[in-house]
Amino acid sequence: MATVLDALSWVFLTLGGAFIFIGGVGLVRMPTFYARLHASSLTDSAGTILILAGLVCQVSAGIDAFKLLATLAFLLVTGPTASYALANAALLAGVPTDAQSVDDDDGQGDAVHGQNGGETRIDNLRPNPAEQED
Amino acid sequence: MLEIFGIFVLCLLVITAVAIVRTPDLFTAVMLTGIFSLLMATTFFLLDAVDVALTEAAVGAGIATVLLLAALALTAERERPDPDARRRIPLLAVASTGVVIVYATLQKPRLGDPDAPVQQHLGAFYLEQTEAQFEIPNVVTAVLGSFRGYDTFGETLVVFTAALGVLFLLARIREPRDPAFGTPTGLRHHLIPQVVGRAVIPFVVLFGLYVQFHGEYGPGGGFQAGAIVAAGIILFSLLEGEKSARRVLPPFVLLGLMSAGVLIYGGVGLVCLFLGGNFLDYSVLATDPVAGRQLGLLLIELGVGVTVVGVLLSIFHAFASREV
Repeated sequence: MATVLDALSWVFLTLGGAFIFIGGVGLVRMPTFYARLHASSLTDSAGTILILAGLVCQVSAGIDAFKLLATLAFLLVTGPTASYALANAALLAGVPTDAQSVDDDDGQGDAVHGQNGGETRIDNLRPNPAEQED
Repeated sequence: MLEIFGIFVLCLLVITAVAIVRTPDLFTAVMLTGIFSLLMATTFFLLDAVDVALTEAAVGAGIATVLLLAALALTAERERPDPDARRRIPLLAVASTGVVIVYATLQKPRLGDPDAPVQQHLGAFYLEQTEAQFEIPNVVTAVLGSFRGYDTFGETLVVFTAALGVLFLLARIREPRDPAFGTPTGLRHHLIPQVVGRAVIPFVVLFGLYVQFHGEYGPGGGFQAGAIVAAGIILFSLLEGEKSARRVLPPFVLLGLMSAGVLIYGGVGLVCLFLGGNFLDYSVLATDPVAGRQLGLLLIELGVGVTVVGVLLSIFHAFASREV
């Protein structure tokens, strides 16, 4: 039984570490802020679950396992919320969603790509892009 | 194995420190400072100093980042480049100090050496006397609260004075007359963080209380607990807006908390005097000296925790209520 648990935690911890590493690679290599945020938040959630599952296999069942599972629950609630808040703040601050500016012939952009070559602005976030002035 | 982890974390610390110094973007520097604090907390944990690690994580990686961001909102976002700055003399000063420090570390005993001087005299005394006098497992709390109780009293007063300094410089006790001040927080589409915050903040405060009263049996104590509770309430202020936060915990309540904590600490010392012992000699607080010492530890940790909550929240509100 102990060796099964050991093997299981080896698998979980290695997979979790691999996910975190992939997330790190994504943080460095992705072109835009939102892609980087997407990479890191997804892999952080997966890595957290796997690493904590690997640790749960190592401690005695009972209060120690419960503490780890409570930590996991807290991280699963707050991690994606933090990523959402980051993405929201970035969108409202005007962080460009494109790697390079969008080349529109008629000068009209939509709410995501904006009119100023890739920059989102507060006044661009309207439901009907056709009503944009300027 | 732990040495490899330790060296790895120290290398990350050096890289982060160099990055903090070299980047001209202050927002990046603040984020890197948070990462630096978290790495320091990991280093402390690897060195088996768990109480310090908890405090560093709560205060350095959490609250200090928020306060630095608030300060950044009031000032510039980029460091102004100074082309005339003479870099030679500071570089020489820092380099020579670094060389002297490295030379001094060549003489230090091996980490964990049982014959090292730090383990011999007072260290052994504290380890023996904690079990004898207090019957609690956590030696750090016993040292902090009783063997070096004067120093902790001074620490609490230093924290209180820091808050006084910030309040003198920055605070508005009354709400400013700007009509925009009363509007809810400027975050749009903030429903998700608000809902999650409302679910999470009670547990954060509850955990802070757990850490406060658990200080005698595990890592914890007043400083950590105060930082955690303050972090929860700062999260509430960020989500619900400054006006809501000032209604929930008005500034005079925070001033009262700050002062009450210091008064509790000093008051326990004076009560010990009146009951016939020395200042901060808790053994006279109950009929059984051990129970008296435990009661004294509990009370002064409460004082410290209350002061830290009041101080951190006062400083945060002093920054956050300023118009940008």
